[in-house]
Amino acid sequence: MFFIKNVRYKSILDIENLIIPDHKITCIVGESGSGKTTLLKLFNKMISSDGGEILYNEQSLANINAITLRRKVVMLSQNPSIFKGSIRDNLLIGLKFAEKSLAADDKLYEILKMVHLNKGLDEDTENMSGGEKQRLALGRVLLLDPECFLLDEPSSALDEDTEHLIIEKIVQYSKANNKTLIMVTHSKKAADTFADYIVEMRNGRVISQREV
Amino acid sequence: MDKVVDLQIWQMAAAYVFVLLLLFIVRRRGINREKEIIISTFRMTIQLILTGYILVYLFEKPNPFFTILVILIMEIFSIYNIIKRVKEKLSSRLKKIIAFSMIIGTTTSLLFFILIVVNVSPWYDPRYFIPIAGMLIGNAMTGISLGVTKLIDGMYAQRNLIETSLMLGATPEASCKPVVDGAFDSAILPTINSMVGMGIVFLPGMMTGQILSGTSPVTAIEYQIAIMLGILGSVALTVILFVQLGYKTFFNSESQLVFADK
Ligand SMILES: Nc1ncnc2c1ncn2[C@@H]1O[C@H](COP(=O)(O)OP(=O)(O)O)[C@@H](O)[C@H]1O
Ligand SMILES: [Mg+2]
Repeated sequence: MFFIKNVRYKSILDIENLIIPDHKITCIVGESGSGKTTLLKLFNKMISSDGGEILYNEQSLANINAITLRRKVVMLSQNPSIFKGSIRDNLLIGLKFAEKSLAADDKLYEILKMVHLNKGLDEDTENMSGGEKQRLALGRVLLLDPECFLLDEPSSALDEDTEHLIIEKIVQYSKANNKTLIMVTHSKKAADTFADYIVEMRNGRVISQREV
Repeated sequence: MDKVVDLQIWQMAAAYVFVLLLLFIVRRRGINREKEIIISTFRMTIQLILTGYILVYLFEKPNPFFTILVILIMEIFSIYNIIKRVKEKLSSRLKKIIAFSMIIGTTTSLLFFILIVVNVSPWYDPRYFIPIAGMLIGNAMTGISLGVTKLIDGMYAQRNLIETSLMLGATPEASCKPVVDGAFDSAILPTINSMVGMGIVFLPGMMTGQILSGTSPVTAIEYQIAIMLGILGSVALTVILFVQLGYKTFFNSESQLVFADK
């Protein structure tokens, strides 16, 4: 659970109060430039606030080592990089970075299936489309199996049907495994369908937060 | 081969015909470089003449204090030169790391070379110490300049890749490994490549100088091989120190990327 009190970040964010519930699906909505990405980066200490306090499971982020935190609260950025090499390389690199034990091919295929990527593990990533790369990056994050996911518009490069399918998969997975899922989405429909909790932002402020 | 031809003044002057030729070419073609050509010719001449007299003086009265002083001046000059030569803006932390890597990298390889490879006695004999130091420091300077440029450019160009890695839980070191390795590789590559053509495509300056001034080519070659290896070591040591410490200046204590303001 994240708990935010009087957090400011430069002149970009100014949030008095925000609670993100545990083991729930939270969607963050708001127009472009309203500070959604910046907020996610605060949650896993990619940046630190200029004032106020953020708690994760009752512990102040100031007292949690950034790398330890990022291995529990994994973020998928809006435009994640794909590394040179094969699909397998790209899936495993997350586990290597996080210093976790590597996964067998069965597991990797299971992940590819989850993100609707019908490809071989040895295929090169060079010629993949934007949407395929986005799904691969999502698979890489799912494979890490963290306590909490921060997904920043994970389906922006996908068509509406695929988007719906994939978000549904992630949501099912999160619920089945008791994960906390925080997802920025431009799709009002996705938020209405899947969210347990909706946070709406405008101009760097939270203008509403509510259970659905 | 028995008598070295000492150049007369008029012979030296004749060599400047090459500069006139270059000036003629750039003027005819309207390339705006005359000022730089004249200034650099002038500086080269004055600096070498002064250095010549200083070396004569130092060689006549070997003194450890003066030898160390000369090395120190070389180090300071080369560090200043690197900082000036690199176009990218450098944070003060990065400048300190450049200085540290240059000093530690070159003195370590210099001492090894002087004390173990050549085994000079006394150790501070300026006839050996100064020219060898010049070559090791000069090449390390070129190497590290390349390394600095490549590291900074790489950090900016690969920023998204580094961020992606950090978000997956990577340590700063793991997230920057491609950039750091790339910078190291491009900084040592010219030195490695220069060994390939050695003796076939060109005779290196030091060896040419020795042969012209009467040393047996075999001795000149022995020294050349040793000094090439010394240069390789000095470049490698300096650059690895620099890149290994340098990438850290792009992170704060919370493992967050921080870029010096552009
Ligand atoms: N590193 C930065 N430095 C300065 N301003 C930034 C930085 N990152 C984002 N911004 C600005 O902060 C605001 C919020 O950005 P962002 O969090 O990316 O919004 P969203 O994800 O909701 O589109 C925007 O006005 C953006 O221009
Ligand atoms: Mg955004």
